[in-house]
Amino acid sequence: MSDLKQTPLYDLHVELDAKMVPFAGYEMPVQFPLGVMKEHNHTRNAAGLFDVSHMGQVIIRPKSGNIEDAALALESLIPMDVLGLPEDRQRYGMLTNDQGGIRDDLMFANRGDHLYVVVNGACKDDDFAHMQAHISDSCDLHIHDDRALLALQGPQAETALARMIPEVAEMSFMDLKTLSYKGQDVWISRSGYTGEDGFEISIPADHATDFARELLAMAEVEMIGLGARDSLRLEGGLCLYGNDIDTQTTPIEAALNWSIQKVRRSGGDREGGFPGAEVILTQMADGVSRKRVGIAPEGRAPMRGGTPLFAESDSDTQIGTITSGGFGPTVGRPVAMGYVDTDLSAKDTTLFAELRGKRLPVRIAALPFTPANFKR
Amino acid sequence: MKFTEEHEWLLAEDDIVTVGITKHAADALGELVFVELPEVGTEVSKDDDIVVIESVKAASDIMAPIDGEIVEVNEELLENPTLVNEDPLGKAWFFKMKPDNMADLDDLMDEAAYSALIA
Repeated sequence: MSDLKQTPLYDLHVELDAKMVPFAGYEMPVQFPLGVMKEHNHTRNAAGLFDVSHMGQVIIRPKSGNIEDAALALESLIPMDVLGLPEDRQRYGMLTNDQGGIRDDLMFANRGDHLYVVVNGACKDDDFAHMQAHISDSCDLHIHDDRALLALQGPQAETALARMIPEVAEMSFMDLKTLSYKGQDVWISRSGYTGEDGFEISIPADHATDFARELLAMAEVEMIGLGARDSLRLEGGLCLYGNDIDTQTTPIEAALNWSIQKVRRSGGDREGGFPGAEVILTQMADGVSRKRVGIAPEGRAPMRGGTPLFAESDSDTQIGTITSGGFGPTVGRPVAMGYVDTDLSAKDTTLFAELRGKRLPVRIAALPFTPANFKR
Repeated sequence: MKFTEEHEWLLAEDDIVTVGITKHAADALGELVFVELPEVGTEVSKDDDIVVIESVKAASDIMAPIDGEIVEVNEELLENPTLVNEDPLGKAWFFKMKPDNMADLDDLMDEAAYSALIA
């Protein structure tokens, strides 16, 4: 593991007896002694603390000093409305390529005089180079390797975090604020990737472990690994970059149309103007031949990424593929998502997955599998 | 009790052998969420994949430890896979088989040898 990087919480993970695995170029905890199932349930029932410091935290600062210039620069790379995003608010989005595929998905926030963007760990170097290549004329870019990123997720996240930083109780879903904790600037957003209420907390690296320890000392909070993060986001219907979305899938095929605001769509004031706009806007108007759906296996066998899908128990032509799946501890049965031919994508359609040489029935299901518990 | 390098245990009583997985294996797998068992009456050969188990992490196979016929399977595991994590050496046996040759057990490890393997 010598080439792998470590997050600022590495020593804490080892101290807590985490099982460490390589992930996105880092040594990351896949589970703690509690185990994936209990970690998952603890997050849904109380509060789970996640180290997501492998993710890239990028600052985009307009050279002109005018935030609108940074917003328009970012709009040249993503199909989202950045200009219309109010100060202290965050949105979900994705970098697209010239074919309309997804280079990465991300969160971006308007921080008054600059934009703050959080990208996936495995993509962050490419993303940063891509942004440098295209918007460095008008913006200064900086990637914050000096800050950790923690996520506190679950129905008791507010109770726990508010003991340390009372102002978080006043925040709504997708608010992002700079707050102070023991003299340090912490950038806190009310967001996450589990389908639960919660917060994502950017904190200077050398204060991250103390901050985490203070949270972990509370009865509500347990440290949670990547294993449970995956089952939580899967039940939440959220895409994992590299599995459910990648450079070969477009936002429309991925059923992420909602993330493209009207102003960037055909007929909008700032229509197009992002990589792959022609493909994406045409797909929005004319439809797509395949799309991402929720998939509920009818039996007990979990079905993982790569499992092929067929229309009938005996048909030869593959009509789709599961892109991620596993056991959903909260729903108590297997859950999955994947891509299927659009004419077979209606909810409750029965399809067949081929698993270990057998065709097993699955049903197209609404996403998410568990209702979102956001504080709007 | 005898053990295989695949982390199975075998317990012989008269001409029937009960097979399960060791605590070491169950701990390494994590919580089981799915078990698929062979059909009673199946003739199996050593190293055939005959049981599928899935934990929250991954799918694995359990192989037939010796040649023989499956005479009983533990259907309780189908409804309650985590029993394997709770009591791997007891209630969570996977299947019982009638070996073609009882002497095949002699080639397997005893507890001391298995303990040395996983140490």
